[in-house]
Amino acid sequence: MKKILKLLFVLVLLINFNNQKVMAKNSQELLKVNWSFKSFFGKFDRSSLQRGYQVYNEVCASCHSAKYLSYRNLTEKGGPEFSEAEAKAIASNFEVMDGPDSNGEMFTRPARLSDKFVMPYANEEAAKSANGGAYPPDMSVLVKARKDGANYIYSLLLGYEDPPADIKLDDGVYYNKYMYGNKIKMSAPLSDNLIEYSDGTEATTEQMSKDVVNFLMWAAEPHLEQRHKFGFRVILYLLILSVLVYFSMKKIWSRIESKV
Amino acid sequence: MSDHDYQPSSKLGKWFNDRLPLLTLSNHLKEYPTPKNLNYWWTFGGILTFCLITQIITGIILGMHYIAHADLAFESVEHIMRDVNYGWLIRYVHANGASMFFLAVYIHIFRALYYGSYKSPREVIWIIGMIIYFLMMATAFMGYVLPWGQMSFWGATVITNLFSAIPLVGESITNWMWGGYAVDNPTLTRFFSLHYLLPFLILGLVILHIWALHVPGNNNPIGIDLKKPSKDTVPFHPYIVIKDLFALLLFLIVFAFFVFYSPNILGHADNYIEANPLVTPAHIVPEWYLLPFYAILRSIPDKLFGVIAMFASIFVLVILPWLDTSKVRSAIFRPIYKQFYWFLVADVIILGYMGAMPAEGTYLVIARVATGYYFIHFLIILPFLGFKEKTLEVPLSIAEPVLGGFPNEAATKDTYNIRKNL
Repeated sequence: MKKILKLLFVLVLLINFNNQKVMAKNSQELLKVNWSFKSFFGKFDRSSLQRGYQVYNEVCASCHSAKYLSYRNLTEKGGPEFSEAEAKAIASNFEVMDGPDSNGEMFTRPARLSDKFVMPYANEEAAKSANGGAYPPDMSVLVKARKDGANYIYSLLLGYEDPPADIKLDDGVYYNKYMYGNKIKMSAPLSDNLIEYSDGTEATTEQMSKDVVNFLMWAAEPHLEQRHKFGFRVILYLLILSVLVYFSMKKIWSRIESKV
Repeated sequence: MSDHDYQPSSKLGKWFNDRLPLLTLSNHLKEYPTPKNLNYWWTFGGILTFCLITQIITGIILGMHYIAHADLAFESVEHIMRDVNYGWLIRYVHANGASMFFLAVYIHIFRALYYGSYKSPREVIWIIGMIIYFLMMATAFMGYVLPWGQMSFWGATVITNLFSAIPLVGESITNWMWGGYAVDNPTLTRFFSLHYLLPFLILGLVILHIWALHVPGNNNPIGIDLKKPSKDTVPFHPYIVIKDLFALLLFLIVFAFFVFYSPNILGHADNYIEANPLVTPAHIVPEWYLLPFYAILRSIPDKLFGVIAMFASIFVLVILPWLDTSKVRSAIFRPIYKQFYWFLVADVIILGYMGAMPAEGTYLVIARVATGYYFIHFLIILPFLGFKEKTLEVPLSIAEPVLGGFPNEAATKDTYNIRKNL
């Protein structure tokens, strides 16, 4: 028992090592949200995902790409689960370059379900020049690309405030208490009632932040619900099998006097 | 039953076995006499074999979908995560499988250190094991580069740059390894090629490792030589097989917990940012299992000597059978070694912790002390301890304490303590 405890102790330490990334001295404790996708049976809140897509589409997408997502993903199980007609309608609002056609010409056409999310800028340089030299990061895996990503992005969206007196900000630079170094080139993207939710939910800044983070979490981990469901079954199966094997082992070892 | 006496029961079996004695081999594996007092620390050999096979199978499947190209690698990993059927499962098993593999190998190595399994006549098993461990680190490092995230790129840059410390030819060697003047597409493609190759070398060495084990047979918690087969041994099947299976299932529960509920906790968030040679991450850290060596590397102020110290820290393990001069194998009968053993465990954990911290201030001082102690343990304490330490009386057989072979009371008391400690 003592040995097992020691082993567990080592395990916990190892995990801790990885968690304890060195934080900047001025970093703030993040706001914590009780996300529905955490925990063993964690699932996404479907209507929050749909609202989150709306926030992404109407606010974020003007600068941030999500290049690994396709419009068809919006209809898939475990996601926002828009109906196929809804997703087709969403896709058809975007123009994509296709071709060459039989005359060798490139042409544009409305996006289809099979297309990737259309990017707001032609390339990274265009994105930078339109945003004061800062590249708005792609949002497909953004939640996983930041430590405690869901809480971090939520905090960041709500972390805009007036800079302390001793900090001078250049033009086009904003103060955010959760940003690394506190300086961010994105102005506060959300404000109360910035958008009108199609389901009638009141669009407070907190609500929009929460919805869009839910959406981004799904975008980064589209199979999260399936993963949780599998995990429960796998672990249950392993537990039952371990018990059966344990008693078989006891029985087999009882043939000789030594204990297992 | 000795291997020479074995006769297949069927005529066909006999015909085949006379030409290729596979059935003799399988009979040997089945009957292989194993000490009956092996504890659960001995189950990690089987667990490691499972880990290797899992990594190879998941790796082969990932290799079917992965594209080793600087512009496409990151995207192809996302393709696996999103669009390949159960690709997320296979990739998370592979990525966390690497960590589980190292967790198991560290337990396996520290078990050998505790029970003196590296000592005569098992030196060759130990050395093959160390070569496997070294290849595992190389394989894992190159595997971590393949997703072509920020940590992949910068980790590769830092580690390959180590070779530039070699006097005179360092720079040429580094450029030769990169296939250019920086870590780039040629580096990625050769890392992929080697990452695919090395596991099969490891597999071959594992077979040698087991072969070398089957010559003297297993060490055991009280570290004595056994007569085989005897009252002290049990046939491998079914006794050890079922016990290994039980331990493997418990291990799999931990494994499954990581895969399904915290698949990214052992990785670094920065590796979900695509590699960018123009942006250096604030802190470049390797995966957790390499951190102790990273700490040793950084605790030496000179680059060349840092690299030498890092490789030396593995090399002292290779020559360990000759550094430890004690005739007694198991720490159970070595009261002072036992203390130093736990100091070493703590030392390695501290080194790992310091490897994750920035190399400055107090962290650096602690890392230096821990590095120093690591070498002192192997190069000074162990050789001396063998001569100085007063070891406890070692029983003559596993069965003996049970049969009450100790007439004197003090010894019986010791034996009782021994049993309790097993």
